[in-house]
Amino acid sequence: MKILMTATLAAGFMATTALADGSVTIASWGGSYQEAQSKALFEPAESATGIEVKQETYGGMSDVRLQVSSGQVTLDIVASGSGSAARAAAEGLLESLDYDVIDVSTFYPGLYTEHCVGGDVFSTVYAWNTDTYGDDGPQSWQDFFDVEKFPGTRAYRGKVPGALEGAMMADGVAPEDVYTALDSEEGIERAIGKIRELKPHISVFWTSGAQHAQLMKDGEVDMTTGWNGRFDNAKKDGANVKYSFNQALLDYDCFAIPKGAPNKDTAMKFLAEISKAEYQDDLPKYITYGPTNKAAYETGVITAEQAAALPSSPQNSEKQVPVSLEWYAKWETIAAEMYDEMLTE
Amino acid sequence: MAANGMNATGLLRDEWMERMRLFGLSSPALLLVLAILVIPVGWLFYVSFVGADGTFSMENYERMIRRKSYARIFRTTFEVSLLTTGLCIIIGYPLAYFISQLPARLANLCMITVLLPFWTSLLVRTYAWLVLLQKRGLVNDWAITLGLWEEPLKIVHNMTGTLIGMVHIMLPFLILPVYGAMKAIDRDYLKAAANLGAGPTRAFWTVFFPLSMPGLIAGSLMVFVLCLGFFVTPAVLGGGKVILVSMKIVSNIELFVNWGAASALGVVLLALTVITLWIASRFLRLEQMTGGGR
Repeated sequence: MKILMTATLAAGFMATTALADGSVTIASWGGSYQEAQSKALFEPAESATGIEVKQETYGGMSDVRLQVSSGQVTLDIVASGSGSAARAAAEGLLESLDYDVIDVSTFYPGLYTEHCVGGDVFSTVYAWNTDTYGDDGPQSWQDFFDVEKFPGTRAYRGKVPGALEGAMMADGVAPEDVYTALDSEEGIERAIGKIRELKPHISVFWTSGAQHAQLMKDGEVDMTTGWNGRFDNAKKDGANVKYSFNQALLDYDCFAIPKGAPNKDTAMKFLAEISKAEYQDDLPKYITYGPTNKAAYETGVITAEQAAALPSSPQNSEKQVPVSLEWYAKWETIAAEMYDEMLTE
Repeated sequence: MAANGMNATGLLRDEWMERMRLFGLSSPALLLVLAILVIPVGWLFYVSFVGADGTFSMENYERMIRRKSYARIFRTTFEVSLLTTGLCIIIGYPLAYFISQLPARLANLCMITVLLPFWTSLLVRTYAWLVLLQKRGLVNDWAITLGLWEEPLKIVHNMTGTLIGMVHIMLPFLILPVYGAMKAIDRDYLKAAANLGAGPTRAFWTVFFPLSMPGLIAGSLMVFVLCLGFFVTPAVLGGGKVILVSMKIVSNIELFVNWGAASALGVVLLALTVITLWIASRFLRLEQMTGGGR
């Protein structure tokens, strides 16, 4: 086994030297998301740096786990949700990023970690049906959980990510204290208890972005939590839906380098390039996700109108709670089991 | 007598040769079964005893005992499977009986309609139910227009919706073997029963029904076992509140860093299924369904 490992490592090392440092293999989620990344980030950066980019799609961090544990790493950069990147990092699947190479001085604080640098920002918001509540729907999590002030059916996430923070704020915890309050099993139980109270009014526990968009489009529920971009798309398709950024959860997708990536140094240089404001400011043209680099708003490419709709625009981001990856790395598995107990009651 | 004895040994030898030939012919299939069934199940079993740190551990099983959700999920899984099987029998048996009484041409037409859903993707059929059953879906819209009920009924995103969808998808699996068994019943038995003074009801229950049992048992077991591992339909129509083992397996793979957490669920489900079938076999003569049991 050990000999085999050494052999693969040696083979990997030889492959690295053979390829020199002229190319990187990037894996992302495919679809319109990767298309946006490709047009705004990868292709322009390829021509600017001369680093050849090979794009792939992948199935998430479980693919990286398989590659790293078998010693056959082929990916240099992976796009990932911030939470799963944090878990992968805790598992030792990711390289540390070199922030002497990648300049994050103008990044929003909390949108980069030791192992993962933010690529785009999205929000977990509460959205409402404008047929039911008009334009003045719920303006806080307290409103979302208040079935007397806002009678009607709800949908809520069927998993822990983005589910407990809102409940905690609804229970009276200040936005800035949410993660401190959640930092124990009692705290988690408190948030789950709040959701348990609302449960008779929750018709659906959603499991995907497509699902919560459809729930609003078909008027199946009057209110739901979900990802802002999906509601924008649903609105474009004619849904009567509106959402607020107030107390929303600011989350991000990020780029990471798998442990033992064949072109680690080139990947680092490439990440430095696509993290620059001049690339990130193009992203909103292709998808309604905001840049992680604050300076991208100052290049003049993002119009004021566009910015007002983006989760990471200065006026929107200050109303929100940044998602704490440390909390997810520490508590997600425990919280998930507790959450399932509430769901199956 | 001596000639007979020689003949007998000759026959025995021939029979043995025949068996070996059959075994030889079926050995590729046996090997295939070994490769695609026994090895993965064995691996599953092994992996379920590997903990997060990669050493032997019972933690995956301990977790299932410690957390109440697991027992509830297994209960829901068996509940949904039993209810689906029961409903399929209630709907499927009379339907199969009806079709079996029709003249051949009409019966064929009916069987095609029964089989038609098989040609459509499972996912499409499941989403079709969602469109039909949701709050502003066709069923609620029409019923309210017709004045059948005032407020939209909650018939999806819950147990009701899950059962409707699963019964629809599972029905052909029950009807096919039941219909087959019914077609094989000699009508003369019923005539004989009538001739001996049994009314139609008595003739049905004492003669026809027992003879159709092998098909019914086969169909019910097939539906039941398929339900135990069902994923798509409950995930879409259950509204996140009807959580079955298959769904928990998926979320455990995403959540935990090792495969063991999910494997252990598979092992327990497999064991429970085998136990259920074993108990069923004590009460029902399962060998009937395979045509054996001489």
